[in-house]
Amino acid sequence: MSQATVQTPDKIVFKKQSQAKEVWRRYKKNKGAVIGLVLFSFILILLAGANFIVPYSAATKGVFSQINQPPSSEHLFGTDSYGRDVFARVLYGGRTSLMVALLATASSCLIGSTLGAIAGYFGGRVDGVIMRSLDIFMSIPDILFTMAVVFALGANFQNLLIALTLAYFTNYVRLVRSQVLNLAEQDYVEAAKAGGSGSTRIILTHILPNAMGVIIVNTTLNVAKIILYESTLSFLGLGMPPPAPAWGLMLAEAREFMRAAPHLMFFPAVAIVVSASSINLIGDGLRDALDPKLKS
Amino acid sequence: MKNDLILDIKNLRVIYQTDLETVEAINGIDLKINKGKTLGLVGETGAGKTTTALSIMRLLPEKTGKILSGEIHFDRQELLKLSPLEMRKVRGNRIAMVFQDPMTSLNPVMTVREQIAEAIKLHNANLSNDEVDQRVETALSMVGILPSRKNEYPHQFSGGMKQRVVIAMALVCEPDLLIADEPTTALDVTIQAQVLMMIRELRDRIGTSMLMITHDLGIVAKICDDVAVMYAGQIVESGTVFDLFTGEKRHPYTQGLFDSIPSLNTRSNRLKPIQGLMPDPSNLPKGCCFAPRCQHCMDICINERPKQVIEGTHTLLCHLFADSSAAPAPQEGE
Repeated sequence: MSQATVQTPDKIVFKKQSQAKEVWRRYKKNKGAVIGLVLFSFILILLAGANFIVPYSAATKGVFSQINQPPSSEHLFGTDSYGRDVFARVLYGGRTSLMVALLATASSCLIGSTLGAIAGYFGGRVDGVIMRSLDIFMSIPDILFTMAVVFALGANFQNLLIALTLAYFTNYVRLVRSQVLNLAEQDYVEAAKAGGSGSTRIILTHILPNAMGVIIVNTTLNVAKIILYESTLSFLGLGMPPPAPAWGLMLAEAREFMRAAPHLMFFPAVAIVVSASSINLIGDGLRDALDPKLKS
Repeated sequence: MKNDLILDIKNLRVIYQTDLETVEAINGIDLKINKGKTLGLVGETGAGKTTTALSIMRLLPEKTGKILSGEIHFDRQELLKLSPLEMRKVRGNRIAMVFQDPMTSLNPVMTVREQIAEAIKLHNANLSNDEVDQRVETALSMVGILPSRKNEYPHQFSGGMKQRVVIAMALVCEPDLLIADEPTTALDVTIQAQVLMMIRELRDRIGTSMLMITHDLGIVAKICDDVAVMYAGQIVESGTVFDLFTGEKRHPYTQGLFDSIPSLNTRSNRLKPIQGLMPDPSNLPKGCCFAPRCQHCMDICINERPKQVIEGTHTLLCHLFADSSAAPAPQEGE
């Protein structure tokens, strides 16, 4: 009883592993996540190496004698109504679509999380100003809002990014704010304050890492959503301007020939489904791998 | 004499104000802690012990907690007049705090090493990573945890171990004052003893002064030099441990606390609690706050606030002792 310290047996050797290795070890356990990662890497490699597979001109310049050809050895995915190679268009279109989706998600996540963390942590007037301005954004339907932005700024890559970011960052503000409201009440946050940590440090090291699981899952869901949303915009003629390929745009163009040439719709749709679901699988795995409590 | 004080609280008044009511949490308390000494702050739940600690750290809930008046002198600094930035430099570095529940006071997604390192780096920005690591390991072995476990997460430790980690975090910067807010309440009895002994040993080694908040008189006897008994936001009795445990005069409330400790020597079937409940702090009685529960209650107790009776190191807040020659000492629990 009077002994001040407990003797811990020093024979036990604890495995030392770096953080990244540990996360990877846990990630590997989730079969779905691994499949998602393999699929997504495969897609990325294909898109990155598109130039070595088919020239860009095949995606934009059509041959009029070969309109709406079904898949063949010459044109793997067939040709579209302008005689352009669908395979090339799926590849180069993927570059634009995925790039837009990833960048728009990243920027809306960054902006939204920052605003949400500030609103939730400081509360009071700061919270009021941020949330009420948000209400203005949210009172306009997403699609209308993005249309307005694209109309006003003109349809190109950069403006599409701005429009999608503005449409999606509100989700993050609300999500992160609600998380922060809850986490800021935790004892370890109080303890960190008592240890002399400033607000910025508390938000960055104590609150956000604890909200990471929710943010990651939401982000991966969002990537998939934005790919589809970008398709919607293209479908309405507000996406990337033709003849530049994009998955959504291809779907829009294929609509007229749905009966005559269903392959025009099939391949970009498969591309969207596969990339969206692989990203979701990755997000699921990441959330579990990053949660230290599930560590075995 | 003056220079020996590490903490000197004068006439501190704290309220919690909401739209519905005003809670008088602390009503003019005075506390003194000498350098290297330990003061035990005793009282039941809701007496204002934790509020006192949070006032010293200036961590009262921003929206509701207000310090109405008073001074808190800490080593020649007036804490209530420091800017938020200056106060941050005091927190963790010069005054550290150990919270009640070790289960929730560690961040679940950071390893133990990261959390202790953070405490070090906050106040020693110029240390290299190796030096920080070194100090983390020293701190861990100081509280009896194998340094090789530093890369583990809080959930991999038991409750007692977590409290050790929390204590390591608090002591790693060798603070001048350690505020321990019921550090052993959430632990089971055997671990309590270990942790208490460890706190005592480390306190002596580092030479830290300590404010020990507890409701356990046993802990007070074990590790404190001085005691203050708190009731409804007031210090009803204070003095050295000797004054309180063996002094002739005892505040009826303190007497009640002693009586409610189950004894192994006498045969009794029931515990002997203090009857009644603490008064509603948003509506304190006009006279002595303890009067409604006091066995020695007199007319004056109900109508008038008692004045402090000072006898050497022993002070009492009770009408019983107002005229020390006439007042009878309260009898041992009847």
